[in-house]
This record gives sequence, structure tokens and C-alpha cells, in this order.
Amino acid sequence: MPKQLIKGNEALMKGAILAGCRGFYGYPITPANEITEAAAYYLPQVGGTFLQAESEVAAINMVYGASSAGVRCMTASSGPGISLMAEGISYLAGSELPCVIADITRGGPGLGNIAPEQSDYFQVVKGGGHGCYRTLVLAPACAQEMADLTYLAFDLADQYRTPAVILADGFIGQMMEPVEFTLAARAPRLPEWAVDGTASTRRNLISSIYLQPDDLEKHIRMLEAKYARMAHNETRWENYKTDDAEIVFVGYGISSRILKSVVEMMRARDIRAGLLRPITLFPFPSDELRRLAGQAERFFVVELSTGQMVEDVRLAVEGRCPVEFYGRCGGNAPSAEEIFEEVFAHV
Amino acid sequence: MFATAIEEEIDIKGYVEINTDECKGCGLCVEACTTKVLSLSPCLNRYGYHTATNSDKPCNGCGLCFYVCPEPGAIKVFKAVN
Amino acid sequence: MSELKVIHEKAECLYGNYDRKGELQHQTHYCPGCGHGVAHKLLAEVIDELGIRDRVILVSPVGCSVFAYYYFDVGNVQVAHGRAPAVATALKRSHPESIVITYQGDGDLAAIGSAEIMHAANRSECYTALFVNNAIYGMTGGQCAPTSLLGDKTTTTPFGRTTANDGYPLKVSELLSALDGPVFIERGGLGNAKQILQTKRAIKRALETQMKGLGFSLVEMLSPCPTIWKMDPVDAQRHVREVLAPIYPIGNKLDRTKDRAPRAAAPPPPPLSELPRILKLPVAPTDAPVELVKPDSEYRIKIAGFGGQGVLLLGQLIAEAGMDDGLDVSWLPSYGPEMRSGTSNCHVRLSTKHVDSPLVSRPNVLIALNEPSLRKFIATVDTGGLVLYNGDSIPTDCIRTDITMQALPFASIADELGSPKVANIVVLGAFLAATNALPLAVVDRAMARVVKGEKWLEIDRRAMARGIAEMQSTEVKVHV
Repeated sequence: MPKQLIKGNEALMKGAILAGCRGFYGYPITPANEITEAAAYYLPQVGGTFLQAESEVAAINMVYGASSAGVRCMTASSGPGISLMAEGISYLAGSELPCVIADITRGGPGLGNIAPEQSDYFQVVKGGGHGCYRTLVLAPACAQEMADLTYLAFDLADQYRTPAVILADGFIGQMMEPVEFTLAARAPRLPEWAVDGTASTRRNLISSIYLQPDDLEKHIRMLEAKYARMAHNETRWENYKTDDAEIVFVGYGISSRILKSVVEMMRARDIRAGLLRPITLFPFPSDELRRLAGQAERFFVVELSTGQMVEDVRLAVEGRCPVEFYGRCGGNAPSAEEIFEEVFAHV
Repeated sequence: MFATAIEEEIDIKGYVEINTDECKGCGLCVEACTTKVLSLSPCLNRYGYHTATNSDKPCNGCGLCFYVCPEPGAIKVFKAVN
Repeated sequence: MSELKVIHEKAECLYGNYDRKGELQHQTHYCPGCGHGVAHKLLAEVIDELGIRDRVILVSPVGCSVFAYYYFDVGNVQVAHGRAPAVATALKRSHPESIVITYQGDGDLAAIGSAEIMHAANRSECYTALFVNNAIYGMTGGQCAPTSLLGDKTTTTPFGRTTANDGYPLKVSELLSALDGPVFIERGGLGNAKQILQTKRAIKRALETQMKGLGFSLVEMLSPCPTIWKMDPVDAQRHVREVLAPIYPIGNKLDRTKDRAPRAAAPPPPPLSELPRILKLPVAPTDAPVELVKPDSEYRIKIAGFGGQGVLLLGQLIAEAGMDDGLDVSWLPSYGPEMRSGTSNCHVRLSTKHVDSPLVSRPNVLIALNEPSLRKFIATVDTGGLVLYNGDSIPTDCIRTDITMQALPFASIADELGSPKVANIVVLGAFLAATNALPLAVVDRAMARVVKGEKWLEIDRRAMARGIAEMQSTEVKVHV
């Protein structure tokens, strides 16, 4: 299969359409615009709906509507837009509506800037919106994964009836890499719970309101059990040279790419370094980290933030060995050399 | 109730039937009734409302009570047809 | 002898027993004298009369009517506060044959959801909005609504609504009628039987507007709220007629049903087999010969200049050709505000091995298309690396002896070729001549794929050849 040099953002949208996505509702924001623009270009040609909403608030609620209607659908944004969508994501989770949300993260807080950061981890992975809910979070590290993990996200979102988030930094969205599209084109299919305005679905109800405490607790417990199933079945990560690693780096997205360079630099100097790259951020590969804590002397977490995922690494490691952190933010990314020196400052 | 009305007055134009379980005694039908056959019962129903009653009296079947009533099933209106 | 027949009873599209309700399933949850029950009844009757029950999707809001789905035996979607127009938009667009009806109160539609209703109306989304205006927040216990009247004492205007603090009562129907999008807008009242029957006719016309596919329709209903108004139901109805209606005049506000044509149905979707073509996926292997065994090479290229010099395209061409040549490649642009004006740069990696980080922090090739870019990045160039600089000579304070540096007036050469825009392609030729990084035939094929238009391709080919010639005449060869 020939490859195509393509931006991560555009690869994501092509993967989505191959997965059967036929609805996109979004609002322009850098650095996610190529997703929205690809949706505007391709979706009308495949019988889908593209609509530029009046705000991210409207966009996520349009996703709520399209998902209620049984359509595979998505939106894409960046930090400030995801903040606005938090309410809608909570409703989607509460109403058990599948959809895919791409967050191509930029610098915050506030208006921040449009350069890459990984500072949306808390708001995306920990919830962001109100109530006891989680979203499935996948973190691509290359353009190929932008397509492949988005395709997977649609399947998992449907399987678990949950919103799934593609959490990628601006680098992964903006860069071009060769992508091989081996994904089979999926036909849109109406789930039996959908409300589509026909006799057979007339008794269907999409709702997240449970007025009685007992009813709501039952609903929340059901969601909780679903998240536990997701943790059991869907946790994904990549081990890179961790077999004998004494220093285990942990990073996702662009950080993992830089950290692979660092691992190579260390290996070239006979330092046994490895990388654990979480592919799902929820569920988080805590068990694998705990296992590695038995062999590693220290963990070294790198993020384009002041430290967000590192909290989950520390929770997973449970104090078995030191967990160091190095982060850059504001749109700066650490070079491999910089991280290399930083590690030696700690060792 | 309905049967009694028919027996008493064969040549009636209309009649309303109040579902006293559903009626909440708001009185809007009483206000709207063009033949003034509706009133609020002095008795309370089991939910504590003075529900509307026609005291078995027929009416002209205009149906206005039905439309002002906020409960979708509290009033049923019958009308004479030839 | 006449026969008595039922002429009015509970509509068929309302559940006989409200199973979804927790208790008292034989009656609604609405207060005695509440307008919602009447509005429900009217909508239900119209749905029955039009015979559309199976097609209806009812969108319940947040407010007292949050539980509308307890009662209507139709498809139901309950949504967030104010967002019904957005949800309805996508429901209808997903299933154009369905009949989508939103049911919103004044807080929901006119306050928190004012943006959503405005834009749904303006797009003329083909659904029907029912707007119950009782000029108060009912469910939350009597706070000021955007439609509360001046002087109204509410729990959040305890001294009465004033224009100074709270602005003016919002006339939604008039406001939306000022837009070009909507097709049918009418305000009705629930203040007596006459108003109620008139409102029913408006709801029917609104739904017919949707059924004909004409576009957005809305019916506002002035509705009593005896409990929060602290009035008995009869007085509350009078309040609708005598106090609300003079401020919010009842009647049709907009009727474009005769002027507006039904929307064309969307064409059927293409077969799945068409998707690779539509998505422009590469379907056949490129004809570029791929060498299976190559000597190890590793290019970490940084290209920098000002916006408009073709920095990003130059990088993309190198990456495209590298991919065709069987190398692993990455291309990472700067996409900040600087790309709108000022500096622009991109990172390109070509490698016979897997490219780990797409970031180029220690370039072994720097292409600097202006002096600020040269100054900015010169110190980062790896020992033994190559610098190509767009200029007659390297500024003396930028000269490094541990790397190869070549200045060429690429922009002037491009001018000679007839277009300053091809300076980047002259650079490409020079880069290829200096490094032998990629076979020229492969680069030519990539250029033919990326560059749009025969005219541009022709001048680009000349530019590349010129760049190669210029570089060869300088006798600089670099392997990195």
C-alpha cells in the first residue's frame, strides 16, 4: 500500500470518514483547523453532514444531537474550545452517547498561544465537566496514529457508548508524515438505541436525568462498571526498550518521540534507558508502570506542561521508586539534548 | 354518571366526563364553561384537590373546558351528532 | 334521536399511563393551572391530526418541561440547558425525514440559549421550536427571566426589574422575525380558550412548514405560571391576557411559507468503494523506484525565512521526495502567528532509519532564506553540517569554520527566471546538488505531484536546474 505525506490533522479526518463518521460539527481554532477544513471538504462528498457551529458550546451539542440520531460523529478543537465543550461532554457521557472529540492542544491558560502544549491532560483525562464520568482518551504520537487511533476511537466509542477523545498536541496535528491507509471503509450503521424519527425507535429515549437519588446512583454505578471494563480491556501502551531499563522515561504524543531520541542517546553511552508510552491516557497503563517500578531505578516523566500526567505515574508507581519530571511549556519543546542533560542533573 | 344523564335528558347536546384522579382542581374549566354546568366539588379527592364536576349535568359540548384544562386526560367531551 | 360521540379526549401520542414518571403516573407533574399541560395537549393534538407520531423527535429542555418525555409517545431526546436548537439542528440534518420539535422555556431559549436559537433560526434549520414564555424561571423557584416585565418582583429582582440593572423584556418573536432565515413565527397565548385555539392553529402551521421542508418555524406561547406568580389559576390566565399580552402582542410575526421553496434533498451517498478516490488516498504504488539498500543517511533540515518565501513548500517537497525514495520522513511547520507575518520555519527529517523526533534541534542542514533566520539558527547547526544562505555573502560575524557555508543570491536568480516565487525551488536544486540527498528524478516526480499547474511546474523545473547548476559551479559537495 503506497503512503501519503499528510498532516496529522488531515489524516485524522480521513481515518474518521473511513470509520464511518458522517457528521462533523465544529468551530475554527488553531491548531485544529485542518481537521475542520478536511471535514468541510470531504463529508459532503460522502453523504455526511458538516456544519460550522456558532460556538464550541453549540458544536458539542450538535454532536449530542447527531449521536442521539445514531450517526457516527465528531468534533475537533483545542484547549479553549474543549473548555467550552465540557458541559456537553458531561451530557454525552451521562446519556451514554458515543462520539469522537479531537483536542489538538495549544498553549494555555486563558488565551495562551497557539503553539503546542500538553496541558489539556487534566481537563480531558480527568473529566473537565461535572459529575462522575470518564472519557476514553487516546494519544497518537504520529500522523499514522492520528488516522488509526481515530478509527479505533469510533469503534470503542460505539462499543462502550461513550465519548472518546483523541488528545494530540499541536505538533502531532500540524506535522506531515507518510501515512498508509489500510483501514477498511465502514458503512454507517444505526444503533438500536438511536432516535431517528421512525416507528421502530419511537420508544427510545436519550437522557441523563435521574431525579431520584437511588436511580442516579444506579446509573452512576453502571457507568463506573463500564469504565472498569474499559480499564480491563482497552488499556494500551508501547514499551520501547524497557526490558532491561533502569531509567524508564514516560511520555505520550510528541514527548514520546523526543524521548525515543533520548533513549537512543543514553543507550549509545551504555545507559539502560527505555520508554513507556501510554497510548490510552484513560484507561491509564498503571499496572504496566507498577510492574516496571519493580525493575527500574527511577522514572523520568516528560510533558509539554508543568506536570499533569506525572501525577498518574506517581499514583501508579506508589512510591516504589523516584519519579522525576521535566516539562517545557508555552509552546516550547525540550530538545533531546536538553532532556539528556536534565536526567544527568538528577542522577 | 353518564348513563344517568342520558336517562334524564335524552335530547342533550353535549356532556363532559371529568377524570377525578387526574384533575388538580385548578378551576380553569369552570371559568371557561359556556353553559355553567361545571363547578369545583366541595369534596376533596384522594390527592387533596377539590376536583371539577358537572354534577351529572349535560352541556352544549363546546369543548372549551377541554382546551383550557392543563391535564391532558382529565376531561373527555362528548357531543351529540345526528 | 342524536348519538353522543367523543369529540375531545387525551391525544393518542400521549402515553395512557406515564410509566417514565416515578409516582402519580396517571397525572402530569405540572402545577394546577400550569400552561405547560395545555401546550402539551395542543402539540399532541396537532401531531395526531397530522399523522406524524412515528416521525416526531421531541427535544426536552431544562426547566419545568424537562420531563416532556414522560408524556409524549414519540422519539425523545433530553438535552442541556439552552442547547435544544443545536441538538435539533443535528437531529434534523441526520434524519431529514424526521419531524423535530424543540420545547423550550424563556430561560432556556431566551437567556442561556440565545446564541443557539439565533443561529438555528438564521440558518433556517428545518425544525419547529415551541417557546413557552411565562416571564419567570419556574423550576428554579422564581428568578428573573429575560422576558420578565419591568417592575416584576422576582427572587433575583426583589425590588422589581429595572432597565438600569436588568435591561428590557426580550421580545424573542420580533427579534427572530428580523432575520432572513426563519419561515414562520407566531406568538400565541394560553390566557383563555380563544387564545389557546388560536395557538393550536399556529402550532399546526408551524409543523406544516417543517413537513413541507420550508425551514425554521417557531411558536411562542404566553403561558401562566400560577405557582411562581403566586396567583390562583384563573387570575394567572387573566394576567396572561391583560398584563403579558400588551407587552408581547399576540399574532403572526412572520410568514414566508408562500415565498420559500422546499429544500432539495441531499443526493444519495456514494458507494463505499468510492471512498478512497473521494478521500484522495493513494491507490496505486508510485512509479518511483525504491532502492532497497541505501547507505545510512540522516538529514535533519531546518528551513527558515519570512512568510511568503515558500519555506513550508520547500520542506514539503523534500519530504515528499524523501518518502518516494523510501526514506522515513517528517515535516513539521511553524504555524504560529509568525506565519501570518514575519518569520516562518519548518523542520524536515529524512532518514534511512526510523525518524523518532520530528523536531530538529541540531540541524545538519540549515537553509536560511534571510539574515534574521541565519542569525537565529546558525549556532544550532551540528558540526560538519551545511548552511545554504540566500544572499551574496555570509555576514562575517556568522561565519563558522566547522561547517560548510554557502551563500547564493537565490532570490535574484529567481527574479532572473521570471518569478521571485521560485527562489525556494532554486534552493531545492542547490540543496540536492550539494548533498546528493535524493535522486533528481524522484524529486521531479514529487514536484509534479505537489505543484499545481503546468505553467508553474515548467518554471519550477527550470528553477531547480538552475539551482543545481549554480551549486555545482561553486564546487561545494557535502555529505552529512
